[in-house]
This record gives sequence, structure tokens and C-alpha cells, in this order.
Amino acid sequence: MSSEMTFNGYRRENGRVGVRNYVAILPVDDISNAACEAVANNIKGTIALPHAYGRLQFGEDLELHFRTMIGTGSNPNIAACVVIGIEPDWTQQIVDGIAKTGKRVVGFSIEQHGDIETIATASRTAKTFVHETSGWQREECSYSDLWVAAKCGESDTTTGLASCPAVGNMYDKWIPGGIYGCFGETTEITGAEHICAARAATPEVGEKFMRTWQAYQDEVVEPYKTSDLSDSQPTKGNIAGGLTTIEEKALGNLEKIGKQVSYIDVLEPAEAPEQGPGLYFMDTSSAAAECNTIQAAAGFVVHCFPTGQGNIIGNPIMPVIKITGNPRTVRTMGEHIDVDVSGVVRREMTIPEAGDALIDMILQTANGRLTAAEALGHKEFVMTKLYRSA
Amino acid sequence: MSVPQLLVHDRRDNVGVVVVEGVEAGDELLCVVTEDNSDFRITAKHDVPIGHKIALSDLANGDTAIKYGEDIGKFVADISKGEHVHTHNLKTKRW
Repeated sequence: MSSEMTFNGYRRENGRVGVRNYVAILPVDDISNAACEAVANNIKGTIALPHAYGRLQFGEDLELHFRTMIGTGSNPNIAACVVIGIEPDWTQQIVDGIAKTGKRVVGFSIEQHGDIETIATASRTAKTFVHETSGWQREECSYSDLWVAAKCGESDTTTGLASCPAVGNMYDKWIPGGIYGCFGETTEITGAEHICAARAATPEVGEKFMRTWQAYQDEVVEPYKTSDLSDSQPTKGNIAGGLTTIEEKALGNLEKIGKQVSYIDVLEPAEAPEQGPGLYFMDTSSAAAECNTIQAAAGFVVHCFPTGQGNIIGNPIMPVIKITGNPRTVRTMGEHIDVDVSGVVRREMTIPEAGDALIDMILQTANGRLTAAEALGHKEFVMTKLYRSA
Repeated sequence: MSVPQLLVHDRRDNVGVVVVEGVEAGDELLCVVTEDNSDFRITAKHDVPIGHKIALSDLANGDTAIKYGEDIGKFVADISKGEHVHTHNLKTKRW
């Protein structure tokens, strides 16, 4: 059904296709946010990506920070990137990582220059990048060029009935055609981990998933929990929406991966997939901004976000499409919703029809339609941190 | 078919989900099982908000709650058919 489906996207130097054409101003570290925001204020058509970390990190946590920064700059939705850090070495490491895509990227460090000189110099480069890239034309691309991530939030019982199955239906239709897909939310699979393990393409991948899931239980949940986590998983919003236990939430969550496709690898946070087209599990937090940020850093260009009670999340570089099957949420906060599948709970719409409605919205979004989150200015960009800094 | 007020994922489930606003105690609800479109009726014993669950049969303290045909936790109170099921009478078996 989907072979003729196309959209107009930006074909990048490395062959990947973007659906947006940003000039990003990327801080290496928290203290460089001010300079990045000043450059973005000076030069229209650029976007600053301020965040909270990047100093005194070490080991695996530092590797994740670099992977997230380099992956974000490398995302095909970014045409060109200015990187600003406090000191030159880490700044250059991030510039070199992004440069592997072939895109325009230049770094600036603030030490021995100060904010004002750095902002002036970086602004000139950013302006050049805007002139060089803002006239680039979209070209026709197959839907199979898309990398489509998924994560649900403020879930309720309707997400398991309607919006998550709609995403699953999209994956069942599009993964065989060659797209890349990604789901995660490691703790939130708890209660359905046996079902998730069984959906791996091979026993080895299933075992890799179980090791990842068990590590989160052993290293995060067990050492730090002070209760049965019933105030956090499920969240207060989940409970207000009728979800009672993590098992119930997990089973609804997993509806996002459909009925037929299996995932072909398990990714570290922000790790780019390397096994070719297909569905991937990524080890992520279940917090929406953290999960979406590292999915974008892994290279995903569009995001499908089922919500029940009405999560309002967006991302600065990856359009986030909201889908809900909750008629009350459509009524009370419809401005956040891109795809209304509440017809499913009224039995007026089938799951395959809901999947088709989502597919249509993905193609519109890839063509340039702003999502509700983009129109409302949601740009949540949040690092995942593994442990305290040195 | 009329618009259902309660949906059930799987025939094995012992709880279903209210999918309309304004369900009140005493309302007779049209219930549909999504896996096969079969339907039945049940009388709500409480006012139940949209998205919340109702017991489909009499259930005992310690029984396993089934939804999606799967284990979603244990009941921690005796519950009669048509009652509201939520955090006051259903708990996780995990963490």
C-alpha cells in the first residue's frame, strides 16, 4: 500500500534525509548557553540548543554527553551547526564528530576570548551558514528514507486502546518498506518485559534487551527507590487517567511496536543504529524530554508521540506528532493534538484506519507542516545523565 | 453498533475500561471486546471517570487482575462485578 508514498525532504551530504533545515547553535556545556542564545538572537533563522550539562563529567556519562551532542549536530534536520564551548579541546571533539556527516560545522571556544568576542565571531559564521543553507530546496524522497521514533507520555488506558496501536500499525506497515523505527522507555517495559523480549528478531537480541532491562532494575530502581515507585511509575497523570499498575502501563506502551515487526538491535542511549533499516529498542528513560532528545541524537527525524491525558512535549530539532484516543483530551486540550484517533474508542475507526491517519500526518509533517508542539513553541532538549559529575 | 461505554481488550480479561465521560452508578453500560467485537452489558456500581476500570465479575482479594489477556497486578480487596477498580483495590506485583 505504501510503495508510492513520498514526501519532499532535504537530502544531506551523507545521504540521510532531513525534514527540517535548521542552523543550530550548539553549546558544548551549560556555561556556553548564554553565548549560543546571544548568537541565535543576533542571527535570525538559527536555533540555540541550551542544556544543563557538559562540565566535569567522566567515563560512560561523558561518552553519552559527547554522543548526544555529536548526534544532535549530525541529525539530518540540521543543515549546518555552530558549536560553542568554554574550552577548545572538547569543543573540537564535538565539531570533528559532526563534521563526519559532511555538513558545515565550525566551533568556537570562549576561554581567552570572552563572551562578547566569541558571540561576534560565531554570529558572522552563523550568518554565513544561514545564507548558504536557507535557500536549499526540498526534493522528492520515498517514505522509506524516514527515521521515525516513538514514545508515549501522560499515558492512560486509551493509549493502549487507540493511540499506541495506531503507532504500532504504522510500524507494521512501514518497517517492512525500509524505514528505521525506535522505541525505548526501559523501566516502563516492566511487567511486559517477557513480551518485549519475545519480540526481538533473534534470541541474542532478546537476551540483550533483558540484560538492559535488568541493569536498570539493579542499578537505578533497586538502589534508589524509597517505595514501590507507584508515585512515579505510573505517574500521577497516568493514575488520573485510570492506569493503576506498571504492568498495565507497560502492556499499553508495547502496543506501539505493532503486531508483526520485531526489533533488530538494542541501542545504548543516543547510539545511532547500525544494523540497517528496521525497528530498534533504545535504552532510555521514560521521561519524555530525555527520551526524545536521545532519539533525535541517534538520528531520528520525526517522532510519533501517543498521549492519553495530554503530554505537551516537543523537541527543538525533531518534530513531535501527538496522537490521542482520549475524547476528553481532544475536547480540553485539542491544540496539542495532531492526530485524533478517539474514533477508535467509539468503534467508529479501526486501528488500521488510525494507522493510516498517522501515516498521512507523518508525511504532511515531513513535507514541512508544523506540528502542534512546533506551533506552540515546545523545544524541550534534555540530556540523559548517568551519574553525578566529578 | 451503538457507541460503547466500556471496552475490553481480550476475552480473558476480568476488568474493562470506561471510554465515555459521565458514567454514574446504576448506568447499564454497553461493553465491547475489541479482539472479536462481541458485546455484553454490565451495570456500573460507582460513578467511574473516563479511562478508569470496572470489574467484569466478582473478584477476591489476592486474585490476579487480567487485562490484554495478561497479568496486570493483584487485587487487594474483594470486589464485586461492576465496581470501580483502581489504586484502592489493585496493586502491582513488581517493585
